[in-house]
Amino acid sequence: MTGGASARTSFARRVSTMLYSRPRTRLGLLLSAPLAWLVLIYVASLAALLVTALWTVDDYTGAIKMEWTFDNIVHVVTGSLYQTVTLRTVGVALLVTVVDLIIALPIAFFMAKVASSRIQRLMVIAVLMPLWASYLVKAYAWRSVLSHDGILAWLLRPLGLDTPGYSLTGVVLTMGYIWLPYVILPLYAGLERVPNSLLEAASDLGAKSFTTFRTVVLPMLTPAIIAGSIFSFSLTLGDYITVNIVGGASQMLGNLVYTNVGTANNLPMAAAIALIPIVIMFGYIAAVRKTGALENL
Amino acid sequence: MRLSNTARWTLGAISLLVLTFIYVPIAVVVINSFNTSMNMAWPPAGFTLEWWGRAVGSQGLLASLGLSIFVASCATAIALLLGTLISLALSRYKFFGRESVSLLVVLPIALPGIVTGIALNNAFRTIMGVQLSAATVIIAHATFCIVTVYNNVMARMARMNRSLEEASADLGAGLWTTFRLVTFPQLRSALFAGGLLAFGLSFDEIIVTTFTAGSGTQTLPIWILTNMFRPNQAPVVNVVAVAMVIVSVIPIYVAQRMAGAESKR
Repeated sequence: MTGGASARTSFARRVSTMLYSRPRTRLGLLLSAPLAWLVLIYVASLAALLVTALWTVDDYTGAIKMEWTFDNIVHVVTGSLYQTVTLRTVGVALLVTVVDLIIALPIAFFMAKVASSRIQRLMVIAVLMPLWASYLVKAYAWRSVLSHDGILAWLLRPLGLDTPGYSLTGVVLTMGYIWLPYVILPLYAGLERVPNSLLEAASDLGAKSFTTFRTVVLPMLTPAIIAGSIFSFSLTLGDYITVNIVGGASQMLGNLVYTNVGTANNLPMAAAIALIPIVIMFGYIAAVRKTGALENL
Repeated sequence: MRLSNTARWTLGAISLLVLTFIYVPIAVVVINSFNTSMNMAWPPAGFTLEWWGRAVGSQGLLASLGLSIFVASCATAIALLLGTLISLALSRYKFFGRESVSLLVVLPIALPGIVTGIALNNAFRTIMGVQLSAATVIIAHATFCIVTVYNNVMARMARMNRSLEEASADLGAGLWTTFRLVTFPQLRSALFAGGLLAFGLSFDEIIVTTFTAGSGTQTLPIWILTNMFRPNQAPVVNVVAVAMVIVSVIPIYVAQRMAGAESKR
């Protein structure tokens, strides 16, 4: 027994000693499992998606035929339905991002530069809390808020207005709501990094508040703004659940992908449509990579 | 910049307005879970506990809750293992392609969920010919959960003192002993935070899930989504929503406590 145990110990010890002197082997052992997972499952799937977009579906059996064709891609690029929906989706994603930035800037500024440290701490928690609340719960909450018997209609009726109901406006409001904490937090962190002394120096040199904001704060804040916009933009771009819940009959790219996977059972077509958000996001990430915003995620 | 009092008050008022905007919809759901009106009409018609009673007694709901907990636990376990391994490799070694590997970890969360969802759906069904099941959901979730563990562990490793590990090696401890007795205890709270985030991410995920779950696999978000559009089930969805908001407070509380404990150290 003791002999066996010590033999095992010495074997483990020998492995350990061998590994200690071979950092490359150590690195290989550490990396092999996670890299295998990410490459074999994720990268291979993305590559397979590209390939599938070049296949087609048998009209009668619905089975996938591995015949190479650019038909799907051509169809997606030239089809007026896809162009309209792409423009609509990008438009909604941009609008949500801009609305969120406009709402997030004042509150982030207040948190970082005006509030006392106690209020500041409470506000960080208050903003963080809904970030943890379920995405579906938030979308569902807006389904009640926007409904024709809902609180928004009730609030607006005395003013002679009505709720936008389940529509594209509803989608923008709901998405803007859902991603707002994701935009406030990076902006707040970015503003925290702007030293107060810089702001004081600007005002000592005679700059008005707005000038200081435009020429000192904004340039320093750009990476944080981009980091925040990546969330709201990317997350809106691929969304179809919120559109189903509060969008009424409106469709975005995600809905087209979803119907092609489900009811239409045309995976190659769905793959071709999914390439649109991939291309847009890669373009966006490539464009902002140089600004150093990705380190702020 | 020296803000005038008017500017300060305006900013404060806007902030208050934004916070109201953030909390009113959640409050509406909470109130509606006690609303006697089935179609969630505002103002509430009356007070009832019927929906809460129905939620507690719903078999489908409880089964989906159980499945969600199971899926999130498995995905978190895989993410913890793979995330720790990859962070140890990336924080301790310089090698060719290091940047690409770190981008690869972030990619599943940076790309829209629908892309990850359809790519995995296509890979499972068309390429591998596998039936969609709870296992495919776990694989999908683990893939995008790695990044939360990775972020937390990387941040911790950057602040960690390497000399402790060197001392341990000098005193004759093997690699595993050093990891178990020196490195791991320092990583523990980072792993906990990362694991908590991973669990929350998986528990709540709906987009990738709809593409990777088989017809019999009903996680809690899928249950919510399907029942939301059924008029007689909608009030019960309100109850589930409130329960989820309450449960989501726990990780914030734990994270705050942990952050507090860390800063005191």
